[in-house]
Amino acid sequence: MMGEYHRYTVRKLIFIVGCTISMFLVMGFALTIGSSNISFVEVYQTIFNHFFNPDAVNPDYDWAIFTIRMPRVLGGLIAGMSLGVAGAAMQSMMKNPLADPYTTGISSGASFGATLALGLGITFAGIGGSLGLVLFAFVFSLVPAAVIILVSSMRSTSAATMILAGIAVMYLFNACTTLIKLGLSDSSLSAVFQWSAGDLSSVTWTGCEIMACFTVVGTLILIMMSKKLNILITGDKNATALGLDAHKLRLILLVLISLMAASVVCFTGIIGFIGLVSPHIIRMFLGSDNRYLIPASAAFGAVLLMVSDLIARVIIAPTFLPVGVITSFIGGPIFLYLLIKQRKSVW
Amino acid sequence: MKVELKDLDFGYDPSRPVLKDVNYTFEKPEFICIMGPNGVGKSTLVHCINKILKPTGGCVLVNGKDNRDMKLKELASHMGYVPASSEDSFPLTVVDTIMVGLQNDTKFTTSEDDLQKVYDVLNLMSIEHLAMRNFNELSAGQHQKVVLARGIVRMPEMVILDEPTSNLDIRHQLEVTRILSELPKQRNMIILMISHDINITAKYADRIIMLNGGNIYAVGTPAEVLTKENIRIVYGVDADVIEVNGRPHVILNSAIKEE
Repeated sequence: MMGEYHRYTVRKLIFIVGCTISMFLVMGFALTIGSSNISFVEVYQTIFNHFFNPDAVNPDYDWAIFTIRMPRVLGGLIAGMSLGVAGAAMQSMMKNPLADPYTTGISSGASFGATLALGLGITFAGIGGSLGLVLFAFVFSLVPAAVIILVSSMRSTSAATMILAGIAVMYLFNACTTLIKLGLSDSSLSAVFQWSAGDLSSVTWTGCEIMACFTVVGTLILIMMSKKLNILITGDKNATALGLDAHKLRLILLVLISLMAASVVCFTGIIGFIGLVSPHIIRMFLGSDNRYLIPASAAFGAVLLMVSDLIARVIIAPTFLPVGVITSFIGGPIFLYLLIKQRKSVW
Repeated sequence: MKVELKDLDFGYDPSRPVLKDVNYTFEKPEFICIMGPNGVGKSTLVHCINKILKPTGGCVLVNGKDNRDMKLKELASHMGYVPASSEDSFPLTVVDTIMVGLQNDTKFTTSEDDLQKVYDVLNLMSIEHLAMRNFNELSAGQHQKVVLARGIVRMPEMVILDEPTSNLDIRHQLEVTRILSELPKQRNMIILMISHDINITAKYADRIIMLNGGNIYAVGTPAEVLTKENIRIVYGVDADVIEVNGRPHVILNSAIKEE
């Protein structure tokens, strides 16, 4: 009988490996899209030569891939991973299938910060332009989490308290953002809209590096904490009886998830749906064990965001659509289809 | 294993204590049931023992050590817990659900030893056929057996159960209570269960603690505690108590009108 459990585990591992391979294949395909005609194989040859055989590098291909295309594609991969992982962890931590990385008001804080920077031309520590926007969005996206921690320390760190405190802060920030928008010029308003719709076109190598730091560290910590998350989904009383301080754990997770999501949202704007839907789609195939759910959501979130961005780039080329629009257009129908076809009850 | 309640007090509001000066010692492997009317402090009492709640006065000593000085993990190594109803939000398979009960003891990956413990408890509860089913696809009876299995999978020295049979039909109530009643002898455990079913408790319990007014009103064997007088005073119910197979059996007549 135990053999059945082993086979079940192996199937889950194969699924994760499949998702990871798909992630790299989609990345390779995404790198073929652009004005220079570079084939799928040439993309991988160029990447290999860039790192391991510099003498054989085709400089035109290398420039097109590493300078022009890679930041955007890699940015999509990292942001998708981060949002997928943060969504899976947030849903387990809040014991709520509607939770996503933005549940605690991160997006509204980031929007406020970006609107301030873009609209009012306020600089951060003397830094203006796009870096000023990134810093403002990052700092303000963490304010809601700080408020939740403050409220939780005074009252309780139950999932419901956290969600309600997040909603209160979200409304407050949205109101502030609306007030600022009323006084903005058309061009500033357009820039605010572009940012808030989610966009990977402005992601730079520096942005990728910063996002990668938060994503890799955060994902590894969350995978290591995945058994604790499994305990948390059984309820706070049960978790306490099993030796886990549910309140403390929830605060640690809140900080970790907020940092991961904030590091993404400040570079890409608000990309919805990935963090909400990726974990649910994975649950349909793998179940809710966070040891498998978190790595699989990372790979699947990356695939979903890169595919969405691909479509955003080509559907009305040469104009780009905001990727946030496409994630919803793709993710929504896929999710509805799976909901209808799903035989097992997942929630 | 020795758990001592010493002058235990608890109150959500200091002016209205739920528990007052509760003193008792759990020592022998026994099947002990806590009974009493709603709101009398049964769940509060067990939650003070396993540190889900912190007593406002007195203390709980576990093997001579104040449970406030024990880390949750240390306390959990001695005690299992089965809540009144499962709050599981995202379902795992039955094996994984029970595995959660082991998780603070185990490494990241699932070892053969962990899996063997899970399958042992599945066999004990006669639910091995449910092993790979999703937890939320089970009936209420199966559901409760799985939660129970999760509470005892580590085979701790003491297991606390908060009305584990409240959602079950009479067949499953009898079956689950019988399994629990056998654990003290089979596994040398103290089983402490809150129960509202007076006759199932009378049939299986080694000892009954009857709470009233935030304190222990009566304690002893079912025959000593389940008397006509005690039931009238504690529950406000007129009942007759007869003997069936050497155990008391309560025939409920009517609720006594409150004056």
